[in-house]
Formats: sequence, C-alpha cells, structure tokens
Amino acid sequence: MAHFLAYFNLGAAFLIIVSMAMMLGRLLGGPTLYDRLLAVNSFGTKTILFLCVFCFVIDRPDGVDIALLYALMNFIATIAVLKFFNYRALGVPLIKDQTKAAQHKGGNVKGAHK
Amino acid sequence: MIGLILASASESQAVSLHVDWVALITAVASVVSISAGLFFVLAGTLGVLRLPDFYTRLHAAGMTDTLGAELILIGLIIQAGLTQMSLKLLIVAFFLFITSPTATHAVAHAAYKAGLKPKLGKYKAPDVDGGLK
Repeated sequence: MAHFLAYFNLGAAFLIIVSMAMMLGRLLGGPTLYDRLLAVNSFGTKTILFLCVFCFVIDRPDGVDIALLYALMNFIATIAVLKFFNYRALGVPLIKDQTKAAQHKGGNVKGAHK
Repeated sequence: MIGLILASASESQAVSLHVDWVALITAVASVVSISAGLFFVLAGTLGVLRLPDFYTRLHAAGMTDTLGAELILIGLIIQAGLTQMSLKLLIVAFFLFITSPTATHAVAHAAYKAGLKPKLGKYKAPDVDGGLK
C-alpha cells in the first residue's frame, strides 16, 4: 500500500511538473502583461502543489512549511505587481483633496469663534 | 489498478489473506481525489494555452486552479491522517481557497481598468461602471 501510494504521488508530482512547463509557454509568449501575470500566479499555485506532493514522495514533512510560505508570498507578489503597473510606483503619494481641506479649515475656525 | 492496490495491501500480511480495509479505503479515496485534482489542473493549463482571449484564459486558470488545488490537497490530507502535517496542509488549502479567487479578481479588474477589451464578436463590452453613467 505504501509503495503504491509513493509511486502514485511520484506520478502526480511529474504531471504537476508537466503542467508547470506548459504554463511557461504562456508566460514567455503571452501577448499582454496580464497574460504573463496570470501565468505567474498559476505557476505559483502549481509550485505549492508540487512541494506538498513531493514532500510526501520523499517522506519529509519540511516541504509543507515552504509551501505555506509560497502560498502567502504568491498572493502578495501578484497584488504588488498589479499595484506597480497601475501606479508605476509602489509608494503612492496621497493627493490633497482641496474641497475637504477647506471644509476642515472652516470647521476649525468656527470652533475657535465659540 | 484495484488489483494492484489489493496486492500491495495484502503483501504486509503475506501468510494470512487479511486485507486492511481502513488503509485500502483511505488509499482509494486519496487516489480518486488526487486524480480528479490532476485532471482539473491539466485541463486548466490546456485552457490557458489554447483559449483565444485574455478573459477566457483567466476563466480557465482561475476556476480550475482553485478546485484542482483543493482536491489535491484534500487527497494529501486523507493520506496523512490526523497528524501535524495534515493540519499544515489544511492551513495551506485554506489560504489557497481565500487568495486564489482574490488574485484572479484583482488581475481581471486591473486588466479591464487598463482598457483591455474582451473579444465579443459583434457585441461591445460596457465600461467599468457598467455603462450606467
């Protein structure tokens, strides 16, 4: 039973590797930026799956911790790249709202009169 | 395949023909779940390679990645049993279940806001606010 499951997991890991290699085609030849971003996101998900399956194959539970780290970093990387290409910067300066600033000043003046 | 599982199940007690039913059912459930997950993952990858438009590709990748990843992780949880490893796998599955649709939505919204129009033939896509303004 254990032998069969180990070989089955090895086959599953190989198929996930094949899927990752196919996803590289879209990553390298995607016509738009968003195609590439989608391919990177999907590649990261498959990396998590490969790590989880492969640490069952080699019977060492360390890989699941790394997979957890990848699951968190993959999402944050996707959102960060999207924000970068939306604003062309990661630190976006705030713009002063003139009407609200004037209202705020007026309220302060009224309070001072009381 | 069933015969192979039966043969490997009975090889531990080679003298008596006793079959460990709990281990057998666990293995079969895990194999079925991981196979279904692999099918969805490979179908999604094929869709990303073959479909004609960015939004259709996003549809193929986003949905199948979520379901396929969950099925594969559930299969591994069944294999691991009640251990610390299965708890970690459950946490990974939970994070994937939350973050994968969110990332897909963010990519789709960013692409639409940037002006990438879907291929609709003779129809025309509305604006981001739904064409109400």
